[in-house]
Amino acid sequence: MQILDRRLNPRGRSLPNRQRFLRRAKAQVQEAVRDASAKRDIRGADAGGEVTIPLHGIREPNFHLGSGGVRDHVLPGNKEYRAGDEIQRPPGGEGGGGGSEGSPDGGGEDTFRFVLSREEFLDLFLEDLELPDLAKRRLVDGENPQWQRAGYQVAGSPANLALSKTMRNSLSRRIALRRPKPAEVLALEEEIARLEAAGGQPETLAALRLKLEHALHRARRIPWIDPIDVRYRRFEPVPRPVAQAVMFCLMDVSGSMTEDMKDLAKRFYTLLYLFLQRRYKHVELVFIRHTHEASEVDEQTFFHSRETGGTLVSTALEEMQKVVAARFPPAEWNIYAAQASDGDNAAGDSQKTARLLTDIILPACQYYAYIEVGREGEHGMPGFPRGPTDLWRTYEQLVAAGAPMAMKKVRHRREIYPVFRELFAKRAPGETVAQA
Amino acid sequence: MNAVTHPPGRLLYEGADWNFETLRRIHDACEEVALGEMGLEIYPNRIEVISSEQMLDAYASTGLPLFYRHWSFGKHFAQHEALYRRGLRGLAYEIVINSDPCLSYVMEENTATMQALVIAHAAFGHNHFFRNNRQFKDWTDARGILDYLEFARNFVAKCEERHGEAAVERLLDSAHALMTHGVHRQQARRAPDLKREQERERERLQHAEQIYDVLWSTLPTKDVAPAELHADQAKRKALLQLPQENILYFLEKSAPRLEPWQREILRIVRQIAQYFHPQRQTKMMNEGCATYTHHRILNRLHEQGRISDGAMLEILHSHSSVILQPEFDDPRYGGLNPYALGFAMMEDIERICRTPTAEDRTWFPDWAGCGDQMAVLREAWAEYRDESFILQFLSPHLMRKLRLFHVSDDAEQPVLHVEAIHDEAGYRRLRSALARQYDPSWTDADIQVADVDLGGDRRLILEHRVNAGRLLEEGEARQVLRHLAALWSYDVLLQEVDPASGAVLKQHAVSPPRGA
Repeated sequence: MQILDRRLNPRGRSLPNRQRFLRRAKAQVQEAVRDASAKRDIRGADAGGEVTIPLHGIREPNFHLGSGGVRDHVLPGNKEYRAGDEIQRPPGGEGGGGGSEGSPDGGGEDTFRFVLSREEFLDLFLEDLELPDLAKRRLVDGENPQWQRAGYQVAGSPANLALSKTMRNSLSRRIALRRPKPAEVLALEEEIARLEAAGGQPETLAALRLKLEHALHRARRIPWIDPIDVRYRRFEPVPRPVAQAVMFCLMDVSGSMTEDMKDLAKRFYTLLYLFLQRRYKHVELVFIRHTHEASEVDEQTFFHSRETGGTLVSTALEEMQKVVAARFPPAEWNIYAAQASDGDNAAGDSQKTARLLTDIILPACQYYAYIEVGREGEHGMPGFPRGPTDLWRTYEQLVAAGAPMAMKKVRHRREIYPVFRELFAKRAPGETVAQA
Repeated sequence: MNAVTHPPGRLLYEGADWNFETLRRIHDACEEVALGEMGLEIYPNRIEVISSEQMLDAYASTGLPLFYRHWSFGKHFAQHEALYRRGLRGLAYEIVINSDPCLSYVMEENTATMQALVIAHAAFGHNHFFRNNRQFKDWTDARGILDYLEFARNFVAKCEERHGEAAVERLLDSAHALMTHGVHRQQARRAPDLKREQERERERLQHAEQIYDVLWSTLPTKDVAPAELHADQAKRKALLQLPQENILYFLEKSAPRLEPWQREILRIVRQIAQYFHPQRQTKMMNEGCATYTHHRILNRLHEQGRISDGAMLEILHSHSSVILQPEFDDPRYGGLNPYALGFAMMEDIERICRTPTAEDRTWFPDWAGCGDQMAVLREAWAEYRDESFILQFLSPHLMRKLRLFHVSDDAEQPVLHVEAIHDEAGYRRLRSALARQYDPSWTDADIQVADVDLGGDRRLILEHRVNAGRLLEEGEARQVLRHLAALWSYDVLLQEVDPASGAVLKQHAVSPPRGA
């Protein structure tokens, strides 16, 4: 008899099978993930969890008998029946015990439920989305190169001396030129000393002395380390991939922004954050709120404290410019900005906002998304049609002029996902963002 | 340390905790009872402790410790996992594999008492059944199965490398669809020697390499006159071994356009199906045997004072939930519980051996009152399968106790008919009706490859001999036929035939996918 402990065996033995299964059912799983995430609270958006997919496509068919014909059932627990009795057919299909030949997937159910891990969920959810301009900035950045070791060179600063390489060269040269080893010289000297002490054998002594002189001479002429042995470590500049991103959340917090609107904005920010996190090793968040003046705040304050005042969008952009200049040099950071507003802006500010955006903000950004949040049902208000807001008109002109930014209107939380998807959907190069 | 009711040292364990030494002590104590008192004969045991995740793993690949890769196992894993996580289903406490040595997996979460139960149940009960039952002896090769699985896994992996995952997956999908009809049911063939299987494949490859001569490929292919191939039908059928119930076997041997590796994979799937076939035929007996064995062993250990009273209560609780048989009108009812029926029949045999009634003596004259129930049970465990076991050993006493009755459900009739109940007039009919429910050849569709004209249009004709008017479920049948057509590469026709009149009740014709 043997008892073995298998608990330490590598885990996840069934992972390849699982991957195969997910690949097989990809279309259905992806749809299910979208459905599930649309219903979910934003905080749980990335939690993974149970999804239900239709069995179609992952069914494993086999030959089995259908309904109809004559079936026999032997059942336990008879109470009142006698041979020859007639029983009303029980409603809802077959008599007890029958029809259990259905698929092993749970008695012929048409759906299949299972649990996805967080990674699988996000992968599927964000799969065909893409960050605009991600590749361009990410790989090459000549201004701030990284130095990388690249072989040896014969000249360089003493700090870069490659000691072991140098010593190896010196050793091989000493062997090749047959420089006498210190031990050999020592042995000769000892031998001479011994013979001198003993006396006699003058010829041998003379020969040894000559040999020693030769050896010493040779050792002097062949140096221990020659300049041709010396090697220095060589470095090469390599463009450093920029693997960090900063995400600016800009939001109007003046009185006209309701909690609902902020909630919509928050959902959008969260999605963007998740998305960035998947692409960059390191993602920083900066929250800038504004009324008629702007300030950088922490997340709590950003979403929950109320302010009063007018609305000057340009102040937020100025604040962002300041933060970028102080902490996030565009050469090192991928900068993403998402602005949420109800579209109000002071009348005279539009010009300034447009100028700031085109001249300073947009050139520094990878992507700039503007989300205009509105009240649910607002657009349907009878007799009070609302045209595009000031800010919307301003931005519309920018986009029309070819500025690399995207804008969308969102009125209900269920629209957040579609809008997000639209903003980041993979598109052919050259195609611009469609406007809502 | 503490002198309680039981003398210390007699108890195999105390409390719920266990270690490997405890397992060994439990195993040795069980072995003493099983081999000495019950006269069981087992393969050497190998007990492996696994975690719950590994148990889920094992579930997914039908309990086999190493299996080739396929998405369907991932699907089953996901399904079990979802049920398990939602708490809808617990995990089995053990999985046991018909191999030599006999492999039992026990879960690390089990209490010491559960481990005792599991070891007695699986490592002795199932083990004895695997080793002695004729179905397993004739049809499975316990010694070779683990190596064969390893070979199968490597072979499939190699095929994936060479021919692409998609091609292998398509092939396995098709083979799995036909797996239920990939077994030999008649006892005409010998148990496969799974070790030979690997050799065979290697030799075949070597032979192909040796005789390969590039010159041969330069010969013009000869156009065989069609007349030569149009031999008469009988001869043709005999050559192809038709009719053939093992569809996978037929495809492996005769499908015209399969590559050698594809035939080998079909063979692997077929061998695995055959390996599991005895388990389907003996599920009730096998579970009954294991339940009877653990019940007997653990009771004896308790009597000897080696299992504490508390532990015995835990065992009884588990035992009685395992053999719970809800009645037909109970919402929990889900068919006859194989554990319950098997255990009840074996206890009943014990009763008949020891204290038979007059009725028992008339029904079982050969062995009623013989006093040695183990001899009768061992004989039954060795020589019978579910169907024949019920036919031979189900007593009127037990039919009354379970209050069995037989209902016939004819879809043409508005009502169900009670055919027989547990009374003098009904015993025999009840018994044969129940036995039939356990006969795979009755419950499975009887589908055979009937004919094919290899020289002509090569249309493969299958015949489903319809039993009691029960036709195939059409939607899935068509899907399976599509798989079959993909393997066969030509048209496939399935006729559902009434065996009495020979009339064709229904036909399904499927063409192979284009580009195949």
